[in-house]
Amino acid sequence: MTYMPKVTYIEHNGTTHEIEVESGLSIMEGAIQNGVPGIDADCGGACACATCHVYVKEEWVEKISEISESEKDMLDFAFETKNNSRLSCQLILEEKHDGLVVNLPEKQG
Amino acid sequence: MIKTDAVIVGAGPVGLFSVFELGILGLNAHVIDNLDRAGGQCIELYPDKPIYDIPALPECTGESLTKNLLKQIKPFQTKFHYNQRVEKLEKKNNCWFVTTSEKVQFETPNIIIAAGVGSFEPRKPPIKNIERFEKINLFYSVKDKNKFKDQTVCIFGGGDSALDWTVELSKIAKKIFLIHRRDEFRAAQHTVDLAKDLEKKGKVDFLTRYQPLDFQGNGKLEKIVIKHDNGDLKELNVDSVLAFFGLKMELGPIANWGLDLEAKSLKVNTENFQTNEKGIFAIGDICTYPGKIKLILSGFHEGALSAQECFKRARPNEKYIFRFTTSSSDIHKRLGVK
Ligand SMILES: Cc1cc2nc3c(=O)[nH]c(=O)nc-3n(C[C@H](O)[C@H](O)[C@H](O)COP(=O)(O)OP(=O)(O)OC[C@H]3O[C@@H](n4cnc5c(N)ncnc54)[C@H](O)[C@@H]3O)c2cc1C
Ligand code: FES
Repeated sequence: MTYMPKVTYIEHNGTTHEIEVESGLSIMEGAIQNGVPGIDADCGGACACATCHVYVKEEWVEKISEISESEKDMLDFAFETKNNSRLSCQLILEEKHDGLVVNLPEKQG
Repeated sequence: MIKTDAVIVGAGPVGLFSVFELGILGLNAHVIDNLDRAGGQCIELYPDKPIYDIPALPECTGESLTKNLLKQIKPFQTKFHYNQRVEKLEKKNNCWFVTTSEKVQFETPNIIIAAGVGSFEPRKPPIKNIERFEKINLFYSVKDKNKFKDQTVCIFGGGDSALDWTVELSKIAKKIFLIHRRDEFRAAQHTVDLAKDLEKKGKVDFLTRYQPLDFQGNGKLEKIVIKHDNGDLKELNVDSVLAFFGLKMELGPIANWGLDLEAKSLKVNTENFQTNEKGIFAIGDICTYPGKIKLILSGFHEGALSAQECFKRARPNEKYIFRFTTSSSDIHKRLGVK
């Protein structure tokens, strides 16, 4: 059976979306497939547009995949990055991510 | 006013192949793109990445695909209008009038929108009301470098544009501040080394781990406030600012043309990829219909089918006859092959 880790997306205005996303999908795909506003994903997940920027809740930063050089480069283009900024198309969900929380920036690019 | 059989909005791979499909039917086209070159996403987002799913091309790159498409349409001597956005479409009688941001105007029976995810526009620093400084002394590209002579120039960014202009302008500017959000740069190493050398000579100051916080000034930009990762603020007096935060895709004016939209895409029928307006077609990433996939391959097919309808509209008195490129002498003539 497929696991459905629960992801909480918090929009910039505070609106919260708790969504069960199939493991193997990215946090970006979870948002797009469920109509969560605030993630544009113009390049469709190719790490080429930086419009899927999210802030990963501090306690989860260590528990997700490490950031690649190309993601770091791409993050240069995101709007108001912080230490916990990531591109959500690069974050593939696994069972252990159940309960993960991301905040969405004011805007994408 | 330029009269043409078709205006193509967007010089991405799909717009380019559409020139071919129109061309073999004997239709001419003008292509408009906001970028300064052809290729769309392939050239702007992934010129060096391999593509494996172009039929009969086991492997190519964004750049080589673009080059080959340009080669394929060469016989048609198509005119490209770069560095301008299509702003306005108007209908008079059965004809469309197209106006670009550079005020170039076209009259045509057919408009093919191959606009991808929108036009590529510079990303702006995340600061409110910065439009008031744009074109005065805040720029996203360099048109005339002499403007910066003897100035204190602030350059934002960590890629090739930021580093190239840091090195270049250091020759004429009084002082350059290079501001970047982290210590690593994406630019070519030798340019970074050159810039670091200039820092030793006091021509350039590197301010890394800083991000823009506020731009201030009366009439023109006079002072910028930047914020370090650790929260420290710094103020700099500047004569001009160059911000190189790359490009992003913006749907822009397309949303105002009265065409049926679904999310950020244009709805079309799958018979000839016409939108809700007769004579306006949408192909490639910009269009949507049940089953649409955003692949270059699909865009090529959409271009071929829309060209048939364009022919009927541009040559109402001629009969459309389907022909193969292998055997049609008309097509051979148009392609310049014997
Ligand atoms: C990293 C990455 C990898 C990819 N890999 C593949 C792959 O392997 N295989 C595949 O089939 N597809 C792939 N794609 C998708 C493919 O690149 C797109 O499907 C394709 O580029 C769409 O072509 P297009 O001509 O429709 O639009 P685009 O390539 O987006 O070109 C549209 C052009 O229109 C211009 N434009 C838009 N609006 C205006 C306006 N108002 N005025 C003037 N100009 C305007 C834009 O500036 C742009 O140049 C990939 C995409 C990315 C980002
Ligand atoms: S979707 Fe474009 S970088 Fe993530």
